Amino acid sequence: MGRQYETVIGLEVHVELATKTKIFCGCSTEFGGAPNTHTCPVCTGMPGSLPVLNRQVVEYAMAVGLAANCQINQYCKFDRKNYFYPDNPQNYQISQLYLPICHDGWIEIDTPSGPKKIGIHEIHMEEDAGKLIHDEWEDCSLVDYNRSGVPLIEIVSEPDMRNADEVMAYLEKLRMMIQYLGASDCKLQEGSMRADVNLSVRKAGALELGTRTEMKNLNSFKAIARAIEGERKRQIERIEDGKKVIQETRRWDDNKENSYPMRSKEDAQDYRYFPDPDLMPVVISREWIEEIRSRQPEMQPEKIRRYQEEFKIPEYDARILTSSKHMAWLFEEAAAACGKPKEVSNWLMVEAMRLLKEHDQAPEDLCFSPVNLAGLINLVDRGMINRTVAKTVFEEIFAHDTDPEIYVEEKGLKIVNDQGALEKAAEEVIRANPQSVKDYLGGKEKAIGFLVGQTMRAMKGKGDPGMVNKIVKELLTKQER
Amino acid sequence: MRILELSALELGKRIREREISAVEATEAVLERIREKEPSIHAYVTVDEEGALKRAGEVQRGIEDGRFTGPLAGVPVAVKDNLCTKGLRTTCSSRILYNFVPTYTAQAVENLERAGAVIVGKTNMDEFAMGSTTETSAYGVTRNPWNTDHVPGGSSGGSCAAVAAEECFYALGSDTGGSIRQPGSFCGVTGIKPTYGTVSRYGLIAYGSSLDQIGPVGKTVSDCAAVLEAIASYDKKDSTSIPRKDLDFTAALENDVKGMRIGLPRDYFGEGLDYEVREAVLEAADVLRKKGALVEEFDLSLVEYAVPAYYVIASAEASSNLSRFDGVKYGLRAKDYEGLHEMYKKSRSEGFGPEVKRRIMLGAFVLSSGYYDAYYLKALRIKALIKQAFDRAFAQYDVILGPTAPTTAPRLGESLKDPLKMYLGDIYTISVNLAGLPGMTVPWGKDKKGLPIGVQLIGDCFEEKKMIRAGYTLEQAKEGR
Repeated sequence: MGRQYETVIGLEVHVELATKTKIFCGCSTEFGGAPNTHTCPVCTGMPGSLPVLNRQVVEYAMAVGLAANCQINQYCKFDRKNYFYPDNPQNYQISQLYLPICHDGWIEIDTPSGPKKIGIHEIHMEEDAGKLIHDEWEDCSLVDYNRSGVPLIEIVSEPDMRNADEVMAYLEKLRMMIQYLGASDCKLQEGSMRADVNLSVRKAGALELGTRTEMKNLNSFKAIARAIEGERKRQIERIEDGKKVIQETRRWDDNKENSYPMRSKEDAQDYRYFPDPDLMPVVISREWIEEIRSRQPEMQPEKIRRYQEEFKIPEYDARILTSSKHMAWLFEEAAAACGKPKEVSNWLMVEAMRLLKEHDQAPEDLCFSPVNLAGLINLVDRGMINRTVAKTVFEEIFAHDTDPEIYVEEKGLKIVNDQGALEKAAEEVIRANPQSVKDYLGGKEKAIGFLVGQTMRAMKGKGDPGMVNKIVKELLTKQER
Repeated sequence: MRILELSALELGKRIREREISAVEATEAVLERIREKEPSIHAYVTVDEEGALKRAGEVQRGIEDGRFTGPLAGVPVAVKDNLCTKGLRTTCSSRILYNFVPTYTAQAVENLERAGAVIVGKTNMDEFAMGSTTETSAYGVTRNPWNTDHVPGGSSGGSCAAVAAEECFYALGSDTGGSIRQPGSFCGVTGIKPTYGTVSRYGLIAYGSSLDQIGPVGKTVSDCAAVLEAIASYDKKDSTSIPRKDLDFTAALENDVKGMRIGLPRDYFGEGLDYEVREAVLEAADVLRKKGALVEEFDLSLVEYAVPAYYVIASAEASSNLSRFDGVKYGLRAKDYEGLHEMYKKSRSEGFGPEVKRRIMLGAFVLSSGYYDAYYLKALRIKALIKQAFDRAFAQYDVILGPTAPTTAPRLGESLKDPLKMYLGDIYTISVNLAGLPGMTVPWGKDKKGLPIGVQLIGDCFEEKKMIRAGYTLEQAKEGR
C-alpha cells in the first residue's frame, strides 16, 4: 500500500556552535562543570541584566550560510520568543524570526538517481536553554543554567526530502560541512546537533502537501531513520482508514519504536515574537561577508578534486578519505610526511576503516598521529618489515599511537632475508607436506600457496614474502627433476 | 548654615574644603529622614548602617586624595529599580520583596566611583508603571509641598526625597516622563538624557527601548554634574552610545542670546491648566528678554504619542516582567500544585493591578493576529514622531513647553480613571519615543501653592543647549 504514497520531509536542525563563550555573555560554554558554575546575571535572567551579542556567533552562522549557498541578510535582527518554562530564565528565548541571518540556500546530496539539491529555507541564531533535573526522591525539580545562553544555529530545510536515505545523506552532508568549518563538533549523542523531522505523506503524483507532523526527541541517526519509517506508516494507515492526519508535534520513543502526541496545532502556544529592544540590529557589510568567504577552509568537493589531480587517488577513495575533516587531515599530513599518498590512502581505506567498523567507531575517533602512519609506510617501503607484520604494527598504532620503528625494533619484527634460514624452513615444509608437493607437480598450481604460507608461518611471519615465494618455487622445481 | 539647605555641589565643595565631613552630611540626612518619613514616605529602604560606614570610608578617601570629584561624600537616594549589590531592590513590588541583587547597576557604580554615599532606595510606582507613586506595594509617597497630593511618578520617591531635603540629589528613571513629571510636581529639577547616554545595565527594565536613568536635583547645576558622573559608554549595554561630549557642566552658562526656542502650539491646547500655561508663557518671555528667539510652531502628531507609548511600553514590559515567576528569586506563592499553578499564583499575588493591566495589554498587542494592527503601527507612529522632531530641530535649538498639564493631583484621584492618568503624560511621552533629552525646571507655583515645572527638550545629543536654557531660566528666577 505504501507504494502509492510519497513521503515529504523537511528538517529543522539545531547545531551548538563551538564558541568559547556564550552568545550574550562572557560565560564559558564548556561541557560539564558543576551545576550553575558557568553562569552570570545575564544567562540566569537576573533583573536589570542585558545581552551583548558574541561576534563569533555571527561569523560561524555566516560561514555555515555561505557553505550552504545561502543569501546573507545584511540587516538582521533578534526577536524574543515568549514562553514560560523554568529552563529558560527570562521566560523568553532570544532567537530570530522576522529577519534571520541566512536564507534561501541549498545543499547537494548524493542519491541513487544522482545528485539532488535540498533547499535551505533559513538559518537563524538563538540561545540554548538550561537543563532541568527532576529529583524523584525529593519530589522537586532543579535547574542548571550552564547550558543557558550557549549559542545555537537552527538550519531549516525546505520539504525537499522523500525518504530516510535522503534525510541521512542530508544530515551527513550538513554535519561534515559544519565540522569542516570548525563551527561545531555536531555530535548527536551529546546534543550538539539535534534534528526535528517534519513529515507528511501524499498520494503519488499529488501536487498539494499533506498535513504534516513534527517529530522531536531524535537522538541518533538510527532513531531518525526509524522515526521516519514509523511516522510514514502511521500517517498512511490513518489515511487508509479514512481518518485525517492531525497537525501536531509528536515525541519519538526509540525504545518503544513509537511516537506519542505532545501538542496539537490547536493548543500551540502563541510565542508573541517581537524584536528584542535590548539588542541592536546586526548590520553585516559586504566586506565582512567577503572576509568570512575568504577564510572558508577547503571543503570536501574541492578536496576530492585535488586528491584526484594531485595524488592520483580514485574519486571513490577520495570521497571516503574526505568524509571527515579529521581523516582528511590525517591523510594529508601522513602523505606529506612519507611522500606516498597512495600508500597512506590504502592504509586508511582498508585497515583503518576495518578497525573502525570492528570497534564501532567513527573516522573522527582515529587518534593516532599521521607521523606514525608515515613511519610504518617507510618501514615497509625500505623492506624492513613485510606486509603481514605491517598489519600487526598498524593495529598497534591504531590502538596506542605507537612509534612503529621502536615497536618493530623492540618486538624483533624485522624482516628475515637470510637465504639459508629461509631455505631451511622451506625444505622442512616441503618434506612434511608430500601431498601438496604431489598436487603441485601434478599441475595444481594453487598448492604452492599453501607451502609458501606454511613457510611464512614457520618464520613467524617475518620472512620476506618475495624471497620465500622464490625459494619454494626453486625447491619444487628441483624436486620435479 | 543648615547643611540640608545646600545644593549637592555646594555641599560637595564644603566637604572638599573640610568644612563639613561626609559623615556629618550623612547624619544630617538620616536625621531628616527620621523626621520626614512618617509623613512623606519617600523611601522603601533606608540603609542607615551602610550609609554611615560608607560615609566614613569616603571621608578617608577624600582625605587621602582618592576622591576629588564634586560629588564626593554627598548623600544620594537611588530609585528602587536600580540594582544595588547587597541592598534590597524591590521595584516597589511585592514580587521582589526579598530580592537582593548580586551586582550594582553601572550608573550607580559610576556614582560610587565619584564618592557618592547611598542612603537608601526610593519609592516608585510598581515597576515604574504609574504617574503618582500610588501603585507602590509599600504605600504611597506624599508630596512634600502638600501631603494630600501625590508627588507624581514613577520616580515620585526620588523627587519627594529631594524636595523634602531627605537627600541632596537622587537617581530616577524616565520611560514616559517618570523623572520630569514628578520633578515638576515636587518643584525640583530633573533630566532625562538622550537614549543611550546612561547605561541601562542594572536598571530593572520596564520599556527597554524607552527607559533612561537620569538625575533629580535641587538645581540645574546639580543635575548637570550628576549626569556627567553617571553617563558612560558601557559595553554591557548594547544600546549604549560612545559620546565624547559628556562634560555637561560646561553648558552651565547664563546666556541664551541668539538661541532659537520653539513653543509647540500642540502643547498649549485643550487639557492644559490655565496657571501652568501662564507660567510657561512667562518663562518664554524671560528667555526672549535674555536674547533668545522664541516663536510658536506646529509639532503635530502629539495626540498619537500616548496610545503609541502604551502599546510599545506595555509590549516590552509584558516580556520584560515574565522573568518574575517565583522560580529563581522574589516571591513564590505558598500553596500550589504543579508548575503552572506556582507561576499563576506567584504572579497573581506578586503583581499589583496596574502592572497586571499593562502586562495584559502588552501580551494582547503582541499576540498573533494583533501584532501588525497594534505593535507595528505603534512603531510606525514612533518613527513619524521622531521625524516631526527632526523637522522642529532643523528650526530650533530647544523646544519649550509645560512638563505636565496640571500641578500635582490629590491622592486617590488618578487611579480611578487610568485613561485620564495616561493622558497626563502627553507632553513628556513623545520625548521618550523620539529618544530625545528632556528636562523639567521648577517655575513658580499655582494658587494652591503647588509647584509648576516647565519642560525643555533638546535634539538628540544636544543636552548642553537644553541645560544652558534651563540654567538661564533658573538664574532669572533667582534674580526675581
